[in-house]
Order: sequence, then structure tokens, then C-alpha cells
Amino acid sequence: MSDQSSAGPAAPEADHTQPAPEPRSGGQAPSVLAGRADRPRPRFVALVGPPNSGKSTLFNRLTGLRQKTANYPGVTVEKRVGRAQLRGGLEVKLIDLPGVYSLTAHSEDERVTRDVLVGEMQGLEQPDAVILILDSTNLERHLMLAAPILALGLPTLIALNMRDDLDARGGDVDVVALARQVGAPVTLISATLGDGLETIYDFLEGVIGSPDLLQLPVLRLPVISDAPECRRWAAVVGTEAHYRSPAPPKWTRRLDAVFLHPVAGPIIFLTVVVAVFQSIFTVAQPLMDGVEVLVTISGGWIASIMPVPWLRSLLVDGIWSGVGSVIVFLPQILFLFLFIGLLEDSGYMARAAFIADRTMAKVGLQGKSFLPLVSSFACAVPGILAARTIESKRDRIATIMIAPLMTCSARLPVYTLVIAAFIPERPLLGPFLGTRAASLLGLYVLGLLAAIFTAALLKSSILRADRSPFVMEMPPYRVPTFHSISLRLYDRTKIFVRRIGTVILTVTVLLWVLTQVPLMNGETPPIEESMVGTLGRTIEPLIEPLGFNWKIGVGLVTSLAAREVIVGTLGTIYGIEGANEDSVGLQESLRRDLTLGGAVALLIFFAFALQCMSTVAVVRKETGGWKWPIIQFTYMFVLAYSGAFIAHWLLG
Amino acid sequence: MTDIKRSLASMKEGEEGVLERLDLPDDMAQRLMTMGFLPGSHVRVTRRAPGGDPRVYRVDGSEIALRRETAIHLYLTTKDSE
Repeated sequence: MSDQSSAGPAAPEADHTQPAPEPRSGGQAPSVLAGRADRPRPRFVALVGPPNSGKSTLFNRLTGLRQKTANYPGVTVEKRVGRAQLRGGLEVKLIDLPGVYSLTAHSEDERVTRDVLVGEMQGLEQPDAVILILDSTNLERHLMLAAPILALGLPTLIALNMRDDLDARGGDVDVVALARQVGAPVTLISATLGDGLETIYDFLEGVIGSPDLLQLPVLRLPVISDAPECRRWAAVVGTEAHYRSPAPPKWTRRLDAVFLHPVAGPIIFLTVVVAVFQSIFTVAQPLMDGVEVLVTISGGWIASIMPVPWLRSLLVDGIWSGVGSVIVFLPQILFLFLFIGLLEDSGYMARAAFIADRTMAKVGLQGKSFLPLVSSFACAVPGILAARTIESKRDRIATIMIAPLMTCSARLPVYTLVIAAFIPERPLLGPFLGTRAASLLGLYVLGLLAAIFTAALLKSSILRADRSPFVMEMPPYRVPTFHSISLRLYDRTKIFVRRIGTVILTVTVLLWVLTQVPLMNGETPPIEESMVGTLGRTIEPLIEPLGFNWKIGVGLVTSLAAREVIVGTLGTIYGIEGANEDSVGLQESLRRDLTLGGAVALLIFFAFALQCMSTVAVVRKETGGWKWPIIQFTYMFVLAYSGAFIAHWLLG
Repeated sequence: MTDIKRSLASMKEGEEGVLERLDLPDDMAQRLMTMGFLPGSHVRVTRRAPGGDPRVYRVDGSEIALRRETAIHLYLTTKDSE
């Protein structure tokens, strides 16, 4: 940085003595310190910028693992807060605000950004400084956002990002002139390469950017609610700062010629989707089997060293098997997050959404809903988390609401068991398709149809009012960085393990207690005499019209933790040791207790009901309250119950 | 060469025009304007999705995808060289 330590008070307006910025080749970040003196060190700094400006990349650079994500109260907008370590062991709190083009408060993202910046966000103090991140390769349009941000009067540093791109494509900007025009310090950075961050740290440490020492902006700020005037102001600032826009991104053009080609585009798109889907099942499967074996072995080990029987039972049969049944899905979920991260960071996600949009529009959704819904075929939890990329609140909610209707992998053990027990294997289409595979396929289609129906229902009822147009920026392609992908994986896994872990732990411990009481002569009761058994009997009149007896009822209760838990529960009730979905003994017992109609009803019930506390927990978090998870749970229960009722009534 | 006025949806790929007005409710118009669709700006149709909808437009240094249902409300003048 410039050695001019603390320039005296208010530099006169025409300060021609100020040294030119360091030459670009010097390796130092060119920056201008339009007024340089120590101001009180900020405690809470907001990062603001348009979407695709690299704001989150900078946030990740500055905070690393010292960040956490939550939701703003009552809205679906993600709140990311972290701490940046400064020189000398100091720390500053940072907030990564949602990407916005303006502060006009037309969208939820804009409203949240505005509320935080003016200090009206509930439970959050007002930031005492702002870093505005703009894409230097598209400076004039991005400068439109500078007007409303500077008008807030907070100490602001303007960080022009993508400096490497600007240089490579022959663009240029005079940051000194720019700073003089807007009356705030300006610096060029590359958040991806970690280049030019010294000025950011200077700003965070309060070394630069004190407002009273700044030159007054040469240009008066425009009326900020008037977009055309903001754009004219931005154009004048750009011209005065000798902004030369870079050549269009050549590689993006070339790649789009292939990825958005009328014939090749859809083929590549389908290949990508199938490859992602295939790999989460084939590559993740051995890992999932490995985790399952680990859970079993470690459970056995705990059982062998735990002398107290009830404690052993709580740990092994309760906590270990319950949490284990969810942890098994972790490899699959990690793979999903990895692929979603790669697709998002490379810029392909926007192209995939573009290609899928027409099809998704037919069911009232949009292109960006496609990948979250495809992910939900593995597990609804990562699918729902992936819906964060959908800016339109209405489309995001609709996507979250229908995601659990996609046939997730936790349903497969239940489907396999019931189909194997009731459907005799016969060839349907020669060697290609048998009756059992066809039944399974039918269940996938059933879930999909229910999802389409639900999307249409939502769009014509509770989600009708909000009509935002489909507008999507196609960002240039970029090579994803290891740093950003691994941070994303870490963050999403943390959410999964922490949120899901606590919910599942609570549910499994509760269910375990219900199987242990009331004690009979100081001994644990057989399951049919326990509270769970009583519960199963209590709901028997309710599920009897579906063709289920109390044993299935007990299974339905325990499957609230995770769907596939019903298999183990039924094994326990029927007294079959180590029962899994391939157990012939379990299949025989089921055949004794269920008619064909009852079996189909059970399949339909599992296809529609939201028996997954993990999903409920994630939906609550992502929608910022209990409203949507309650609507979702009730709706899916009604759908499941009536579907199962009709099936049993028709088939007997 | 005469100026003709037409909707963005009626333009073909590769065609370019100057945006005249956005015939949309204020909040929707504002949103499009902050993304570069300002009266006076040059808009070029760059690509279309399979099936023809949505399409990508180049405006103010960015590529923005819009659906036909939105594009029909944007009016442009184009040079007619025939």
C-alpha cells in the first residue's frame, strides 16, 4: 500500500499532488485511498453486491470456516455471518447480504438487504461499514447499485472484483478517478485468486475510508429510486474513471455455442443429469454400504462393552440404529452437494435451468427448480437446500413443497420389501422388465404425478398472488475453485449433521423410551405391550380402513424418524432376528397380515406421506418458520391417507 | 432505412434493437431496468432454448434470459434495411 501514512485532514478537492496508484505490473493491488486516516475500527461490516459479483467468494476468503448460516426471521433468505481475522489478532464481524441489483425492496432479498443496512432488521445491529463488491468486467451496470449504497452514508469501500478477468480481456479502469467521482475509496481485487485483499484488510482495520476525511464526491448522487437516472449517473462515473469495458468473454461464447446448441444442448443436459444421478447411486452405494457396516460393527462393539442392559439398549437399539439409519445417507448427500456445487460455481447451472425452463413452466415451476427436484430422488434434504438458488420466493416455496414427493432412497427398502412379498416376479417385456421392476417404476411415476398435481394446485391457490417474472442472468463460465467447493461441502454437511442429528436423536430416544415403558416386573415389555404397541393399537381404528393392523401401525409410528425404520420395527414385532428388506421370513409374516389391497395401500401411503422428520426440520429452517412444514405435513398426510384408502377400497 | 417499432418477442436471433418502453407493472419494470433493460439501451437476441422459449438477450454487458411472456411486453425500435 501507499506509504503515505495518514494523510492530513480533508484533502483539498483538487489534490493533484496525490501520487498516481502503483503501476499495475507491480503486483500490488491498485487502489485509491481517498482520504486516509484512522477511524474507529468497524465492528460489523456488511458485504453488498449484485448477484454473480463474487461477493460470497470474498466472504469465504475473509472468513474461511469462521462462518455460519441461518435464516432471517420469517423469510426464506439465507443469513450468512462470519468473522474475519485481522492483523494483530483482532476480529471483525462480517455479514454476506443477499445478491441484489438495487435497494428498491421489490423482492424479499432486496427488502432484507435494505433492512439490514438501515438497521431495521430484527435481532441484528446496523453495520457500521459496507464493502460494496462490483464486477469490474461489467462496471457501469453494476455501478447502479453504488448510488443507493453510498446514499446510506456509511463508510463504504468499493471493491471492483474480477480484476484478473478485466486484465485478461483488455479492460481498464482508473480507480483514483473513480474514487474521486464517488467520494469513497475504490480498489481492484480478485476474490477468486485472493488478489488485492490488503486494501480490504486496511478498510476492515479502520485504516482507510473515514467519511469525514473523504473528498466530497464530484458527482452528486442520483435520485436512487429512478433506475434510468442511476444508470446515467453510472455511465458518467464510468466515463470519468476512463472505464474501458473488456472484450466479451470469448470462452463463454464458445461454450454456450455448444451447451445451448439446439440439438447438442439438451443432449449434454440429459447426460449431465443422468451422470449425476447415476453416480450418486453407483459411486455412493459402496460408501453407504461401508457406513452401514461401520454403524453395525461399532454398535456391536458398544453393546459388548456396556454392562448396564438398559443403557446398552438405549445406546445400541435406540440412538445408534436411529442415527445410523440417517447417517447412512451421508455419502449420497455429500456427492449431491459436490455436484450441485460444481454445477453452480462453473456457471452451468444457469444453462441447465435455461434448457429445463420450458418443461418446468408447463407445471407452473421454472428451470431452476429442476435440479433440486432431481436431487430429491436421492434425498429431499439436499434437494430442499439446493432450492436456495431460486430467487423467486413463490417458485422456491413450490419447489420445497413438492420435493418430498419425489421417490427418495429411504423409500426403497420399504418398496422392495412389500413388492417382494406381494408381487410375483413375471416377465412383462421379455427379459427387460419384470412385474416387480414395473411396480417399482410405477411408484416413481406415482410420486412424480403427485408432485405435478401439487405444483399446479399450489400455483392456483395459496401461491397465486406473487407473480414475479422469470429473469435470469447467465454468468460467464468460471473454473470452480477447490476452496469454494470444499467450503460449500463443509457448510452443507454441517447443516445436515447438526440439524438432522439433533432431530433424529430426539425422535429415536423418544421412540426408544416408548418401547421400554411400562416396565413389567422390572423388565422391559415385549413390543406389543409397550407404549409404542399401545400407540399402534390406539391408531388401529384410524388405519383399519386402509387395511393395516396395529403391527403396521407401530411401524408407521416408528417410521416417523426415517421411512426405512419400519422394516426393522416389523422385524422386531414379528420376532425375526436381523430382518431386512430381503428377509423371506418378514415377507411371509407380512403376507399373513396384509391383503393385496392393504399392501398397495401401504405402498401408496409411503409414496405420499411425509414420514421424515429430517425433511420437516429442513423445511422449517429454509422457510423460516413452522407455517410451511405444517401445511406440507398435513397436506401430504391427507394425500397419503386418501390414496391408501381408495386403493384398499378398490382392491380389498 | 426506416425505424420500426416491435416487441422483443418478435425479433429473431441475432437481431438488435433499441429499447423504447416496458409495458409492465412498475415493480416488474423496475426489476428489469436494474438488470439493464432501460429505455435507450441496445438489446440483442443471442440464443434460444430448445423449443424457442426462453431466450437469452445481451443487454448492457450481460446475458439475461427472459421468457416470451415477459419479452412481448418490451417494445423496441429496429432499423429496417429492406
